[in-house]
Amino acid sequence: MEYETVIGLEVHTQLKTKSKIFCGCSTTFGAPPNSHTCPVCLGMPGVLPVLNREVVTCAIKLGLATRCTVNRSSRWARKNYFYPDLPKAYQISQYEAPICEHGYVEADLESGETRRIGLTRIHMEEDAGKNVHGAADDDHSYVDLNRAGVPLLEIVSEPDIRSSEEATAYLKRLRSIVRYLGISDGNMEEGSFRCDANVSIRPMGSDTFGTRAEVKNLNSFRHVAHAIDYEARRQARLLAQGKEVVQETRLWNTAEGKTYSMRSKEEAHDYRYFPDPDLVPLEISEQWIEAVRATLPELPADKEQRFVVEYGLPPQDAATLVASHHLADYFETVAGAVKEAKRAANWVLGELLAVLNKLGISVEESPVEAAALAALIRLIEEETISGKIAKSVFEKMVATGKAPAAIVEEEGLVQVADPEALRPIIQQVFDDNPTQLAQYQAGKTKLMGFFVGQTMRATGGKANPALVNKLLREMLPEPTAPADGG
Amino acid sequence: MAADSDLARLTLHEARDRVTAGEVTSAELTEACVARIEEVEGSVHAFAHRTTDEALAQAAARDAARPDPLPPLWGLPIAVKDNICTQGLPTTCGSKLLANFRPVYDSFVARRLEEAGAVILGKANMDEFAMGSSCENSALGPTHNPHDLERVPGGSSGGSAAAVAADECLAALGSDTGGSIRQPACFCGVVGLKPTYGRVSRNGLVAFASSLDQIGPLTKDARDAALLLGVIAGHDPDDSTSACQPVPNYEAALEAEVAGLTIGIPKEYFGGGLDPAVEEAVRAAIATYESLGATTVEVSLPHTEQAVATYYLVATAEASSNLGRFDGIRYGVRQEGKDLLDVYKRTREEGFGAEVKRRIMLGTFALSAGYYDAYYGKAMAVRTLIRNDFDAAFGQCDLLLTPTAPTPPFRLGEKLDDPLTMYLSDIFTIAVSLAGLPAVSFPTGTTAAGLPLGAQLIGRHFDEARLLAMVHAFEATGQGRPLPAL
Ligand SMILES: [Zn+2]
Repeated sequence: MEYETVIGLEVHTQLKTKSKIFCGCSTTFGAPPNSHTCPVCLGMPGVLPVLNREVVTCAIKLGLATRCTVNRSSRWARKNYFYPDLPKAYQISQYEAPICEHGYVEADLESGETRRIGLTRIHMEEDAGKNVHGAADDDHSYVDLNRAGVPLLEIVSEPDIRSSEEATAYLKRLRSIVRYLGISDGNMEEGSFRCDANVSIRPMGSDTFGTRAEVKNLNSFRHVAHAIDYEARRQARLLAQGKEVVQETRLWNTAEGKTYSMRSKEEAHDYRYFPDPDLVPLEISEQWIEAVRATLPELPADKEQRFVVEYGLPPQDAATLVASHHLADYFETVAGAVKEAKRAANWVLGELLAVLNKLGISVEESPVEAAALAALIRLIEEETISGKIAKSVFEKMVATGKAPAAIVEEEGLVQVADPEALRPIIQQVFDDNPTQLAQYQAGKTKLMGFFVGQTMRATGGKANPALVNKLLREMLPEPTAPADGG
Repeated sequence: MAADSDLARLTLHEARDRVTAGEVTSAELTEACVARIEEVEGSVHAFAHRTTDEALAQAAARDAARPDPLPPLWGLPIAVKDNICTQGLPTTCGSKLLANFRPVYDSFVARRLEEAGAVILGKANMDEFAMGSSCENSALGPTHNPHDLERVPGGSSGGSAAAVAADECLAALGSDTGGSIRQPACFCGVVGLKPTYGRVSRNGLVAFASSLDQIGPLTKDARDAALLLGVIAGHDPDDSTSACQPVPNYEAALEAEVAGLTIGIPKEYFGGGLDPAVEEAVRAAIATYESLGATTVEVSLPHTEQAVATYYLVATAEASSNLGRFDGIRYGVRQEGKDLLDVYKRTREEGFGAEVKRRIMLGTFALSAGYYDAYYGKAMAVRTLIRNDFDAAFGQCDLLLTPTAPTPPFRLGEKLDDPLTMYLSDIFTIAVSLAGLPAVSFPTGTTAAGLPLGAQLIGRHFDEARLLAMVHAFEATGQGRPLPAL
């Protein structure tokens, strides 16, 4: 039987607020263990939470950016369970009345198609600390509570996702959005953007859901995709064997590329959610929402659309450029300083991304600034250098950080665009290659390319290619036979 | 220096006046209380922890400083219930689990006491985590009623009430969740005020039931309660449930007229099970107020019968969550175990007393999946009905007068094995807590055997000033607190 995979994703994104959600401690990553703690986030007896309103602003931002309803009144709830990294033995979260509901994210697929993935809810909560287990000769476990109380947004999607490709596209777009909004680093490897996947399968065409497994421990987009594909295969195999899929939580094992059962439905925690009596219901005024709306930046989908219309870029190129707003900004700086935006896009997507990927750095760390790349492209447009020379100039810009004009000057790379200078060189090429000249004359006109190449080589690549073509057509003898095309 | 033990018999305001006038020093007052503690503490056991050395040092410092104007409690020795965090001083909540606990921070009220210049004599004994009505549930042993050492002082603030009644301090702070200030005040023959929920910050009060807990004064008369409440009341930005309501001058408001007021008498509070001596004393108090020009009207609080059940669902549900943090990981007495679960189980098994365990189990059950709606959910709904009862009653009268407890103080051990009967000793105080209203218990004489009797006045939200003025007027008729024969 053919099955359809049904996927819903739960994403936790860590917010970049200065202080924690319910106390004044810093959220900075990487401090010595337990140095960013106070009685509140240590869960000392008698302490009370005080809401950091900046967290609410972040949640409103994401809610508006994903077309959610921002609820004017929402509640805090306690999620109760015991674990050493959870100081109060409950996590302050939202349960019955989350801050945002009923939104969507539009994700671009490889095919160029756009899929709309519904959002069930977005809610605010506090992060837990971390258990640290001792090294081989140390049988102690330690608790670091620096992360306890760092604000999180949990974004729960509808089961609208049908493949690992869609899941990846959704996650990438969601990550772009939180980064555009400046509310989160969105870094999966560092744990500031975490994902759990609910995966089930059903016969193609069915409209009832199958039993789902929740897969945890997915630390990269690749793991998410692999785990979904594995889970779909595993469940199909079970059904093929006449067995049932059980509702359970499973852990992804990266090394083995498999999921393993962690706990069954029966063993699932009863979190005993109830409204937190230490916090009053959160009332959000219309003014607050509107003030946040006024600060929203242009979002990926809108920017992508604008790049297509304003710069005439192919949708795929636009999609790649807007994945990071830093890359998009870089492109716009270059495009604004040169004649042809399309050429700017080609350089950014081609040469620049190749270098960044090779160096393993982001566009913010690029060794070539947008203004410098624009200056290089302008040299091409002014016909000072050829596109080919420009590529080697770009390599030197990466290596030395020098301005393109300086490199062109120092290395004598200025394009030869003077016909009187080129004619003797072309004549010399003819003299050096009598056989080819004869063949051309005999009708083998395909040899035009050979003469262009020889002339370019003779000028060290500095000749203006258009001019070389024009001069060659003037100077080459008229073929005596029709082109053989062979 | 020989302590003048008569100084310990002073009221708080008498001592304040004498200190202000320079007639007596803080050291003299503190030494008098310490001497009185030495004298009677062996039989009363009102203190969980005495902080005599710190208190004497603090008194000396107060005498040396004397700012102008003199803060309201300058140099006055008082006792603080053992669930109110005092930096560096034991705060054990009458529990074995916190036997070694000294907070690293001061509660809001402890800071207010410090600013007002008070001297902390020690931490008053209490039922473990404020769960109890007799002060017998303390890991440190029971407190005895100063009026009859065979009888309980009430609870959970039994230590605070007994210390005030026995003149071991000039006044005390207690906490009230379902009657824990009012019932012991009644049993020990002192004034005990539970403020409106939100009137006094809960910051630093070790939580039992967060939506009910309030700190309040236990004092020798109404003026003392006004003085102490004035110091601890007010908005605290660190407690989200703290009210922004302005704090009136309670002492100045004491002279307000009784004449013209309408006192509601809830008929449901005078049914079966009410001890005749208690009823007689309340009826006599009604007569006194009528003689002062008040009129009385019978009112109805129809959901009174559901109050105890509602309270024991709401309070235990919150407690089951609030007490989760006592896991032996970060503070408190940890019992080692073979694995993490074993550490949790042994720490809590050893650390908590029977009543605390009973309530944690009850609350955990009330919040469990499948039971939440039937228990916690229903209790919250009834809580609203109870609030509405009071709102309706206050449409007919200015305040309510009821018994504080159904019986005079009972014998130690009498109800210890019968939790349900014990729970019923709070029957007249619980509904007030559920409604978040202010109420005061004040002495109305004694039984023939010399056991204290009391009555309760219940006011509208933030009407503490009127309640204290009423008690003050009653005292002015010559009916002050009974003095123990200790
Ligand atoms: Zn903190």
